[in-house]
Amino acid sequence: MGGTFNAVALVPLTLWFVASIIAHAGSDYATFITWLQAPLTTLLMILLLIALFHHSALGLRVVIEDYVHSGFKFAAVIAVRLGCYGLAVAGIIATLRVAFGG
Amino acid sequence: MNPNSAPQSRPLSPNIQIYRPQLTSVLSIANRITGVVLSLGAVGLVVWLSAAAAGPKPYAAVQGVIGSSLGQIMLFECSFAFFLHLCGGIRHLVWDTVHGFTLRSIYISGWAVVATSIALTVAAWVASLFVGGR
Repeated sequence: MGGTFNAVALVPLTLWFVASIIAHAGSDYATFITWLQAPLTTLLMILLLIALFHHSALGLRVVIEDYVHSGFKFAAVIAVRLGCYGLAVAGIIATLRVAFGG
Repeated sequence: MNPNSAPQSRPLSPNIQIYRPQLTSVLSIANRITGVVLSLGAVGLVVWLSAAAAGPKPYAAVQGVIGSSLGQIMLFECSFAFFLHLCGGIRHLVWDTVHGFTLRSIYISGWAVVATSIALTVAAWVASLFVGGR
């Protein structure tokens, strides 16, 4: 399901994200935006969003399949997957807006 | 399924009502619970990024919520959930290489997950207090 590579990629990506958040504790808006606009940051943030929501979709699917056995299961899996990918796209759009913004 | 059998609920063998929690089973369900918690946290991540993209006022509003007492508690819980899920996930990835299946290894790695998660959570918050200068 492509889950292993995705999971392995998430280790450095999430650690980078957490370290960045810690490093920016207490920063003002301008500092934060400047960081987010940096090309490397934009790239890593987009990769993080894709990997994170793909991982989430896979995991939530397993959880749903374990606990939902009615006909609702199929709809639930689809809805969760759509939600995850929709959120990923929303996050990517926000990141790009900052990257290309003034 | 036998079409002649009546649709009745049959007794299931007891599991969580009977078995004492073990490190193995507790960490297993913890990985699942933290995964679900983090999926909710991921929604927060997108809200936060969208606020940043929207401008300084929306960003300040979201930061205000995060900075509130309730927000900080939830952030702390999410951070612990993250480190627990990260360490538990790495433990799973190691198992995927077909290593560490002896009972001794499982208990050593299990306690390592618990200890590392707590240590990383504490370290992260101490570091952010240092950086934030609060």
